[in-house]
Amino acid sequence: MIEAELTRCVVAWCPGATGVTAAAKLSGGASQETWSFDIVHPDGDIGAILRRAPKGYGAAPSRAAGLDNEAVLMRLAFEAGVPSPRVLHVLQPEDDLGTGFIMARIAGETIARKILRDAQYVAARPLLARQLGAIAAGIHGLPRDKWPALREMTATRELAEIEREYRSFNWPRPVFDLALRWLRDHDPGPPEAVTLVHGDFRHGNLIIGPDGVRAVLDWELAHTGDPMEDLGWICVNSWRFGEIDKPVGGFGTREDLFAGYEAAGRKVDPARVMFWEVMGTLRWGVMCCGMMQRFRLGPDHSMERAMIGRRASETEIDLLRLLAPREP
Amino acid sequence: MQDEPTPSELTRAVADFLRNDIAPLISGHNAFKLRVAINALDLVTRQLTLEREGDAAETARLAALLGCEGSLLELNQVLAERLASGDVDLQTPGLSEHLWQTTMDKLAVDQPNYAAYKREMGRT
Repeated sequence: MIEAELTRCVVAWCPGATGVTAAAKLSGGASQETWSFDIVHPDGDIGAILRRAPKGYGAAPSRAAGLDNEAVLMRLAFEAGVPSPRVLHVLQPEDDLGTGFIMARIAGETIARKILRDAQYVAARPLLARQLGAIAAGIHGLPRDKWPALREMTATRELAEIEREYRSFNWPRPVFDLALRWLRDHDPGPPEAVTLVHGDFRHGNLIIGPDGVRAVLDWELAHTGDPMEDLGWICVNSWRFGEIDKPVGGFGTREDLFAGYEAAGRKVDPARVMFWEVMGTLRWGVMCCGMMQRFRLGPDHSMERAMIGRRASETEIDLLRLLAPREP
Repeated sequence: MQDEPTPSELTRAVADFLRNDIAPLISGHNAFKLRVAINALDLVTRQLTLEREGDAAETARLAALLGCEGSLLELNQVLAERLASGDVDLQTPGLSEHLWQTTMDKLAVDQPNYAAYKREMGRT
């Protein structure tokens, strides 16, 4: 059924296209879906991805940048040479597909465990941290006059949001209180320069090939703020998938990440990166608790959500390792 | 008095059945969901086995640390409030050791295969 709507849509803007085939839903939440499909074309089929909010789901959650803004950001990144899928079409009301956009499909892997363990990525793994440093620098250098309207986040505001959510659970987690207190006491204040921040720069949102990073995806949480947030978030232990001695995504060192960033002409503030790593660890812990709440209050009464609630304690041990390390 | 078998003997038997007899027959998304289900049963078994002793020790540590009595939930609420206000911090004698022990006891139930937990277990 979606193939009929997609066909009507693609023949209108893709010269020579005759239809679509192989449409398959890759993921779908209540408000957002991702579909893979091929545009049938006499010069060879074109792999494509549809990212959309179905009709009736126009309003994005408060943290989300919005799909129209995501398309603007991906085009901006693509034009600046940040590895990014080419945006082919922004959905219009006459497409009757909801809101969102269609982009080129990039071959590669996003699943962390495969990237960290499969033999075909063995040559790529040592390169990734430095490449991601350069990519983050590219994102943070995107010109301010072309930014869409985005939420501006500060450390203080982020901390207040996390604390409000934690308190709403009404369930004491002393390690979270310790972390909140540490973050309040170490709030570095506004950054020297406010930049664009990707906001979810980690495994799952990176397409990796045997040659290295091929694309950055998912600008849903993009905002403006402290660029060190992106470097701290990718160092959070939860994204190391067991490779805990390789702080960057389980594949690389902070030194390589920072070297790639600085070689691209931007400056790293390691103390701020550490601050945002602590913030990110706590943020993921609170998100795990939030999943449990949604399981309990419904409508998503799934075991998976319930069990994620029992992963919040992972972030507690990570916070203790950061803030109260035991003597070696 | 409830009779035998104990709850943990039952959850363990069900998890073993699902793991050994059912999991090999299932594929795709349901295989993933079955793994989650088995993990949940294993977690419940660990909690039934470890919770009583861990909670008793935690309650005793909290009472000593805070100088007051109460249920485990109440004592944790008091500790959380005192940490938030700054009345206790990592300089407070026994605080760090308490948080570490409590967290290790949670991980022993929740995620004993978590790499950071295994690393910390190797230290003691």
